[in-house]
Amino acid sequence: MSRNGPLALAYHALFVTFMLAPILVVCFVAFTPEGYLSFPTDRWSLRWFYAIGRYPEFIAAFWRSLWLGALSSAIAVALSVPAALAIARYRFRGREAMTALFMSPLMIPHVVLGVAFLRFFTQIGLGGTFTGLVLSHIVIVLPFALRLTLASAVGMDRAIEHAAISLGASDATVLRRITLPLVLPGLVSGWALAFINSFDEVTMTVFIAAPGTETLPVRMFLYIQDNIDPLVTSVSACVIAITVLALVALDRAYGLERLLVGRSGDGR
Amino acid sequence: MSSLASLRVAKAPYLLTLPALLLFAGVVIAPLVMTVLLSFHDWGQYKGIEPVFVLKNWHEVFTDSYFLEMFWRTFRVAFFVTLLTALFGAPEAYILNRMKSPWRGLFLLVVLGPLLLSVVARTLGWALLFGGNSGLVNKALMSMGLASAPVPFMFTETGVIVALAHVLMPYMVLAVWAALQRLDPQVENAAVALGAGPFTVLRRIVLPQVMPGILSGAIIVFALAASAFATPAIIGGRRLKVASTLAYDEFLNTLNWPLGAAVAVLLLVALVAIVVGSSRLVERRYAQVFG
Amino acid sequence: MTFLALEGLGKRFGSHVAVDGLTLGVEKGEFVSLLGPSGCGKTTTLQMIAGFVEPSAGAIRLEGRDLLAVKPAKRGLGIVFQSYALFPHMTVAENVAFGLEMQGVAADERRRRVGETLELVGLAAFSGRFPRQLSGGQQQRVALARALVIRPRILLLDEPLSNLDAKLREEMQIELRQIQRTLGTTTILVTHDQAEAMALSDRLVVMNQGRAEQVGPPHVVYERPATPFVASFLGRTNLVAGETVRPEKIVFAATGLAGKVRTRIFQGNHWLYQVETASGLLTVIRQNSGEAMPGEGEQVHLAWGKA
Repeated sequence: MSRNGPLALAYHALFVTFMLAPILVVCFVAFTPEGYLSFPTDRWSLRWFYAIGRYPEFIAAFWRSLWLGALSSAIAVALSVPAALAIARYRFRGREAMTALFMSPLMIPHVVLGVAFLRFFTQIGLGGTFTGLVLSHIVIVLPFALRLTLASAVGMDRAIEHAAISLGASDATVLRRITLPLVLPGLVSGWALAFINSFDEVTMTVFIAAPGTETLPVRMFLYIQDNIDPLVTSVSACVIAITVLALVALDRAYGLERLLVGRSGDGR
Repeated sequence: MSSLASLRVAKAPYLLTLPALLLFAGVVIAPLVMTVLLSFHDWGQYKGIEPVFVLKNWHEVFTDSYFLEMFWRTFRVAFFVTLLTALFGAPEAYILNRMKSPWRGLFLLVVLGPLLLSVVARTLGWALLFGGNSGLVNKALMSMGLASAPVPFMFTETGVIVALAHVLMPYMVLAVWAALQRLDPQVENAAVALGAGPFTVLRRIVLPQVMPGILSGAIIVFALAASAFATPAIIGGRRLKVASTLAYDEFLNTLNWPLGAAVAVLLLVALVAIVVGSSRLVERRYAQVFG
Repeated sequence: MTFLALEGLGKRFGSHVAVDGLTLGVEKGEFVSLLGPSGCGKTTTLQMIAGFVEPSAGAIRLEGRDLLAVKPAKRGLGIVFQSYALFPHMTVAENVAFGLEMQGVAADERRRRVGETLELVGLAAFSGRFPRQLSGGQQQRVALARALVIRPRILLLDEPLSNLDAKLREEMQIELRQIQRTLGTTTILVTHDQAEAMALSDRLVVMNQGRAEQVGPPHVVYERPATPFVASFLGRTNLVAGETVRPEKIVFAATGLAGKVRTRIFQGNHWLYQVETASGLLTVIRQNSGEAMPGEGEQVHLAWGKA
């Protein structure tokens, strides 16, 4: 394969600068010693990181987001595994329609889902509750969980299970000893991708979260709507740091390209 | 025995998908149907929502020039965001694809990683970069001689477009990258062997083959840009409304839910029509070559 | 009594008939190959014996008992799959031990039998490896060991050698034959490779469009093909005046059918000729004995003994 010329590399440098600039700016400003938005010039300070501790709303919202993401992703994966096995293994009436339905939260604008959930949860008495948040997050992260479990279910050689059956394994044993261990990588990365998406979701959640059930991105968004000060940059810097760590771990474990491009057929 | 077994086989996929199906029927289909119904309800400042069937909201959405202007702005922003991402994202994907082992993986992570970073945090970064007349972006533009006076970015369409292009850029790079992976590198060499220069190879060999990737990336970016919320809300502010921020206002500030529902449903219908229509077109155009 | 009996076995998928009234008896200890082109129903037949596909018609009896009434997990058959289907998350030893574990064999006994079987296939040194750390041929042996260790009543082989390169395939054929002879396991092989089927089996079942075209020992089927399909599927043939003649049976002689050499291809141990004659273009194969052979364009005479 031929190399990139100097022009291409210059373009690449500009592009990477464009992609990183806003992220780096947030992280820099978070270290300002001043009481207003500015770049730390001669002195770096952690005062705005300590300041987070004085705003219990941010701390509470962080733990709520973490718990919400973990729980809704786990349930989404639990629902995805049987559905993925059915879609990968069987040709049945309504298979395409069902797949499209499960993937539809990717297509439907989150603002529309937010509107719909607000109306629905208010009607059935779940308005502003954590249960409502969990239900809605399961729905929006399920496509991510399903896509990765489906990829590993499709990539799996059916003969492996047949081999286990021919050796005398019962259905339950095949599931426990063969099928689940083999879809486990897809399951774990599906959960991780679902978690990240739940953890970052703001558009839909902003409609259905009440003051007691705000998630971290919602709290950040509402805070920014009122005023932008260094506090929100230090909170953002923390969120960025946590996500980057998770990303690097995920990249090591599964490969970010595989995760995002979602290629199947590499079961072996 | 055989009929029993075949019955078991026929039932299995439905049993396996049943839990997810029940959830989606209850928590996706029902709320969407309710929202459509809501858009036909009446609303008054003091009486609240009245469950009657009126076309008032739809009439208002289609005739009031305010809504027309707002939807026009929404799709104009989405169009320019799509154009920017295609124009700048496709070459970057090509350059990334030509990189060698450690750099390739590293920069792929750098370019695609932001996809999974908080949208609020990334938008906040743009708000800081744009910030007032002394913002970093303006300083850079003026020092490079690209602007003589500070360009207003905050609370303008330009600012929303630039920030959204950044937020959605990874989707375009990803789509083009995926298309490039399917490309046989030998084909480029074959063209070179036949006497084609690098520019000709790019224009006649590479571009036509990655076009489906660019188009599918464009469809994704357009749909996401037209329904984006946090970025236009933060950069656009309270005055520069797009469809999603307007729906938010109607629901949580004005409390006119039926009107907000009409805006949301119209956005959904318009987007589904555009996305499905253009996907069909793209598929038909490329079915013969890449089927 | 026949050990394994297929009685009028049939399978339809919708309107497509995959297997059409197949009747076959297999004796204890016998090595039988189901041979035919892809789509001839040989794999479906194997899957019906294994229990992964349910027959639409007919019966399968093992030692007189109805095999179809037995669940796949209880049939006690050893299967080697085309893809090997090794458990990728288990070591070689764990793979081989799995079937014994399912039978509830005690750990000591299990370890002993796994060791024995790995010894048999020459992989004793690899028991701690994972499948992906093995070569194709080694994976193949693990699959064989895993199927044999449970002392199966029948060993089913589904295109087991098709993923190996030519040289390795030949080695494995010899090894497979020796192991089968040593253990005396009744074996059914499914393959599209006629050389493999002829090399390994006691009897061939040549299948076409869901039916058995001919059943018999390899040399009989080869020498006296019952149908034109069998003749053309098993090796090259020439059709001269309604009679099939194998290319290697034709010799260059002083008299006989006159012809002209159109092409001559050297294939190492033999020469492949295309000769233009009054009866059409004939294929001739001559052993390479080091002697001078007719060149392209030369006039020759062809002769063969009447079958």
